[in-house]
Amino acid sequence: MSSIPDDLHYTKEHEWISGIDDGLTLTVGITAYAAEALGDVVYVQVPEVGATVSPGDAVGEVESTKSVSDIFAPVGGEIVEVNQAVVDDPSLVNSDSYGEGWLFRVRLEGDADDLLSAEEYTALTSGES
Amino acid sequence: MSRPTPLRGVHETLGATLTDFAGWLMPLRYGSESTEHNAVRQAAGLFDLSHMGEIFVTGPQAGEALDYALVGHLSVLEPGRARYTMIVDPSGGVLDDLIVYRLADEEFMVVANASNYPRVAAELTERAKAFDAAVEDRSEQYALVAVQGPHSRAILGELTDADLDGLKYYAGLPATVAGREALLARTGYTGEDGFELFVAAGDAEPLWAALTEAGEPYGLRPAGLSARDTLRLEAGMPLYGNELSADLTPFDAGLGRVVRFDKPGDFVGRAALEPLKDVPPSRRLVGLVATGRRVPRHGYPVVSADGAVVGEVTSGAPSQSLGRPIAMAYVDEGPSTGLAVDIRGSREPVDVVELPFYRRKK
Repeated sequence: MSSIPDDLHYTKEHEWISGIDDGLTLTVGITAYAAEALGDVVYVQVPEVGATVSPGDAVGEVESTKSVSDIFAPVGGEIVEVNQAVVDDPSLVNSDSYGEGWLFRVRLEGDADDLLSAEEYTALTSGES
Repeated sequence: MSRPTPLRGVHETLGATLTDFAGWLMPLRYGSESTEHNAVRQAAGLFDLSHMGEIFVTGPQAGEALDYALVGHLSVLEPGRARYTMIVDPSGGVLDDLIVYRLADEEFMVVANASNYPRVAAELTERAKAFDAAVEDRSEQYALVAVQGPHSRAILGELTDADLDGLKYYAGLPATVAGREALLARTGYTGEDGFELFVAAGDAEPLWAALTEAGEPYGLRPAGLSARDTLRLEAGMPLYGNELSADLTPFDAGLGRVVRFDKPGDFVGRAALEPLKDVPPSRRLVGLVATGRRVPRHGYPVVSADGAVVGEVTSGAPSQSLGRPIAMAYVDEGPSTGLAVDIRGSREPVDVVELPFYRRKK
């Protein structure tokens, strides 16, 4: 069973979000649970720096051997940074989902109330497996 | 509820990701599917293929019955040899692609795809009625385990006294492997040298364990359906439901060579197929190699330089051997340059190549 760090927030679309507690710039990635379900990730498309996104917007995609999934903006705001390393080496999503495999950073505009806690996300994923 | 194979417990112990495939609960992968794919290309892989169907046709006219029921000429097959063939409906549409083994003068085994074998067994039963031959679906009684890859010969050699060097590609013989009776065949669906072992369902677990142990020094890894699909795609081998369907004839799929009009007598589909044999099909099955990194997948449109839809992708995946995404597609006759695949709304350029994408070094 893959790990679900306590100090992150999550979405139903299997993304993790860090930085909620300490500022306006949030880092977004996909969870180890999702990476495991996808299999080997072979392609990652990230949003453009400077783009303004609304919660739920499809902002990129992650593609594995067998499937392709959209990446959704978990919150609204401006994309301020993207992870070029994961674009160059998509396997980072599998090998270090919560670290080197991060996807993009967004400067939060509005609130981030709809995110799940680690406990809620654990309940969600144990219900699916 | 998906049906488990006799090896379900083994897959669970190995931590496999299980998936429903044609009504069967099958291992999709055990860890990284890329690692499994590469193991088969460079060392060896171990597959559970127990979802395949085994249909036996026996009796004095078993060969003649198959000549009538299938597009191939099976009555001339030597005992111990196998042939790739197809079963079509009266209008020539492909109902399944098959491997037929002649086990003895009056005994054939027809291996059919998991999704199709109940239909194939029913059709064979119906079509064999006028012949002195019996059709029996023994799929439930058999497990099928495959060892594929350049080291498969050496691994099998540890477990059997059978004459493996005398066993040619597309041949099969009864053998004792790890103390179990098996039909040992040199066949596969990966583009590598390899073997398929048909054994009693109850022998599957001990055979798997023996192969795992014997294969360990050779780098043998269990490999799931995900690797099997990328391996067969690189080898340019068709998959029923993707490249083959009842809407297509063997000629449409570029496999007209399996239709043997030179055999004596009628066969189901002859009248429909005969007029097609010299007619070039309007669409052709081709290989595509993407220049970018996004993967063309089943059902995506192939578009020409001017944006017209000129074909459709049947299978696609990232290719370990080429380092780029590959696909098979049916494409209209016409210029093969400037083509692209419409990947969820954006045009991704592709090069058209001859199949297969990958050919092993002999």
